[in-house]
Amino acid sequence: MWRFVIGRLLQAIPVIFIVITATFFLVRAAPGGPFDAEKAVIPEVKAALERQYRLDLPIHEQYFAYLADLSQGDLGPSFKYPGRTINELIESGLPATAELGAYALLIAVIIGSLAGIAAALRPNTLQDYIPMSMAMIGICMPTFLLGPILVLIFGIHLDWLPVSGWGDIPGDKLMPSITLGAAYAAYVARLSRAGMLEVLSQDYIRTARAKGLPEWQVVLKHGLRGGMLPVVAFLGPAFAGLLAGSFVVETIFQIPGLGRFYVQAAFNRDYTMILGTTVFLSTLIVLFNLLSDIVAAWLNPRLRAQLSE
Amino acid sequence: MTSPLLRLISITLLACLAACTGGESKVEQGNREGVLHYGNGSEPQGLDPHVVTGVPENKIIRSLFEGLAVKNPYTLEPEPGVAESWDISEDGKTITFHLNPKARWSNGDTVTASDYVWSWHRALNPNMGNQYSYMLYPLVNAEAYATGKLEDPNEVGVKAVDDHTLVVSLNAPTPYFIQLMDHYSTFAVHPETVTMHGGATDRFTPWTRVENMVSNGPFVLTEWKLNRYIRIEKNPLYWNADNVKLNAVIFYPTENLTSEERMFRAGQLHHTNEVPLDKLPVYKAMPKSPLVQAPYLGTYYYLLNTDRPPLDDVRVRKALSMAVDRDTLVSTVLQGAYVSAYSITPPDTLGYYPPKTFSYDPDKARALLADAGYPNGENWPGLELTYNTSENHRKVAVAIQQMWKDVLNIEVTLANQEWKVYLDSVNQMNFQIARRGWIGDYVDPNNFLDLFITGGGNNNTGYSNPEYDDIILRRAPSAPTRDERYSLFREAEAMLMESMPIIPIYTYTSKHLTHPSVKGMPSNLMDSLNIRYVWLDPSETLELE
Repeated sequence: MWRFVIGRLLQAIPVIFIVITATFFLVRAAPGGPFDAEKAVIPEVKAALERQYRLDLPIHEQYFAYLADLSQGDLGPSFKYPGRTINELIESGLPATAELGAYALLIAVIIGSLAGIAAALRPNTLQDYIPMSMAMIGICMPTFLLGPILVLIFGIHLDWLPVSGWGDIPGDKLMPSITLGAAYAAYVARLSRAGMLEVLSQDYIRTARAKGLPEWQVVLKHGLRGGMLPVVAFLGPAFAGLLAGSFVVETIFQIPGLGRFYVQAAFNRDYTMILGTTVFLSTLIVLFNLLSDIVAAWLNPRLRAQLSE
Repeated sequence: MTSPLLRLISITLLACLAACTGGESKVEQGNREGVLHYGNGSEPQGLDPHVVTGVPENKIIRSLFEGLAVKNPYTLEPEPGVAESWDISEDGKTITFHLNPKARWSNGDTVTASDYVWSWHRALNPNMGNQYSYMLYPLVNAEAYATGKLEDPNEVGVKAVDDHTLVVSLNAPTPYFIQLMDHYSTFAVHPETVTMHGGATDRFTPWTRVENMVSNGPFVLTEWKLNRYIRIEKNPLYWNADNVKLNAVIFYPTENLTSEERMFRAGQLHHTNEVPLDKLPVYKAMPKSPLVQAPYLGTYYYLLNTDRPPLDDVRVRKALSMAVDRDTLVSTVLQGAYVSAYSITPPDTLGYYPPKTFSYDPDKARALLADAGYPNGENWPGLELTYNTSENHRKVAVAIQQMWKDVLNIEVTLANQEWKVYLDSVNQMNFQIARRGWIGDYVDPNNFLDLFITGGGNNNTGYSNPEYDDIILRRAPSAPTRDERYSLFREAEAMLMESMPIIPIYTYTSKHLTHPSVKGMPSNLMDSLNIRYVWLDPSETLELE
């Protein structure tokens, strides 16, 4: 098991290194620079700015200087927000994004797996069709549509929930979490239905039923563990995806998260910010994938046996 | 087995919903406590007056700091700020500012003339990378120092005679110089505070953080939650604190227009930074509408690259411009949100009205194009119109493309570019026609007309006319009266439009939703907020029907 974990961690290093290198050179290859503005910048001022951000150095020196800083955990100063470091900006945006992602994931797992299990218990009946068609709608409905619809209904017409903010007014976290979680709930529903259907047709389930166990024990104790495997495998990448992909929801609900920084950084050519967030998020994605692999291995007796050999 | 769990979840959700319904909205609470909730467009880049460049920064910085003179929000004429009064010499080249002895920094220190000398040296220091250093170029030797041609800042034309007297020497009479004193790049910063937290010209210092900042305006910074809000509170040490009516202002980075409009409807904002175009008709139709729309000191126009055929022919440029039906464009595509423009300077720029040298004239446009060798669009080599990604720019471009097709029977292709790519194309003159907007930094025709001097950094058309340069650079600045100066500007502007290196399209407007309880926030050409005048009247309520 440890060999598996360490092996995967070692694989992650070149992946992240390639991401850094590719991003570093790609952002600089894009036309337009961080100091281009609608009002022309005086050449002397531009030179001074470039000096302050080391952009006057040859590109390979910039690259090595960046790597040297990075090895110390320093992601550099922001171009767009002078006086702020990228570390600080990530620190300020991460809690909201992570919290939003966690709630969305929680909603996705609870609602999704309940719907999926319910559907799997009575396949090809209404109890299957209704949650599954809802799931299909959930997958197809983009967050930029669902968000405003929820706001219109619950925020404006019913006036039950605040229309924006994060932690300012009680209840303002509910709508963004649901908006972001809905599509993922739908995926979880379909995955858990498929997983449960497969497991419930296995011999050991028949054995459990033959032993005379009550149905809830058959489903929860024997079925769930195997049936949830596809969901667990999905959770790692899903959480990383929620962190990196919450931009739309953060914009709709004015949430002070990382996603907004990330996307705007690309438009602003905020080189250090683009790099910093990319490095940070790609590291997270690699880690979460690893984590979900480990959990999946732990849940799956066959894989577990293979690894401990 | 699922139903009890589901029931539990729905009960929890409902309980949560019930907990947050009803109660007082932020606006109602704000009205009661004297706290203004202000939609400010985006998160400010920072709050160092010599570093930042944007409009959201401007609103906050001008509430935290005060210039030597400030703008009256009703007339836009300068009125006393840190300076109680000022004298301008006969030749217009020396200005003496008399500082108010009661002016204080928020730590209790007196605001002195030497603070200004220090700050202006900082603002001009080439190491600072201040993109607005040119605001101080009217000062003797300022440009030389800012561009590194002069080492010694003491040769710049600003001197402290004593603690409360600041003498400024100008290169030439600069009628708008007093106006510049309300631009944040000319503000004083507290020297000891800046140097306590880093180098004087360092861009990356924490002196603007809540716990460190010392400022001299009507408000002080008390909370700064990145991407959430910035809270400022009344400064008790401000010299004119008795006339500051608000207790606090909270600025929100409302980037998304639709969300901002929803926040307004839900009572979370007193004032929005913008109004989505598609909502304008709805708000215009309301009897007691919160919509406030006013001309804004900015022009939307197309740059024509006069170095490239067929645009090197003035007849082609004029034909294109005359074939644009601006009134139809504004009233249909743009929902009446803007005002048709036939010149670069917006009308009524502090009493200046630009000449109207042409109008929408399809027949004349066709005749001009035929003269140029393209009768009814024959032999037309094609043209490309470049704009940066935005729904609004696209709509305008498509409409104008169609007008050119209908009137002149010519093909123009559209090229959409991402913002920074577009800026790169425009700066490299790598375009034929390109969209452009210009927002004035101060209310004076000069701010628009000096764009097109030969080789100007923002000319971007290749237009060059020595006679025009002479008026803008020499004759207008030394004109003895405002009337004479304006008539010179009109002459120059007519000359410019005769060559048509640009196609003016519309004058911008500012559009806000403002809660009726907000008083003392008049609309003006600069969309300038003077927070000292603002107060809240709790008896006013919003009716959105």
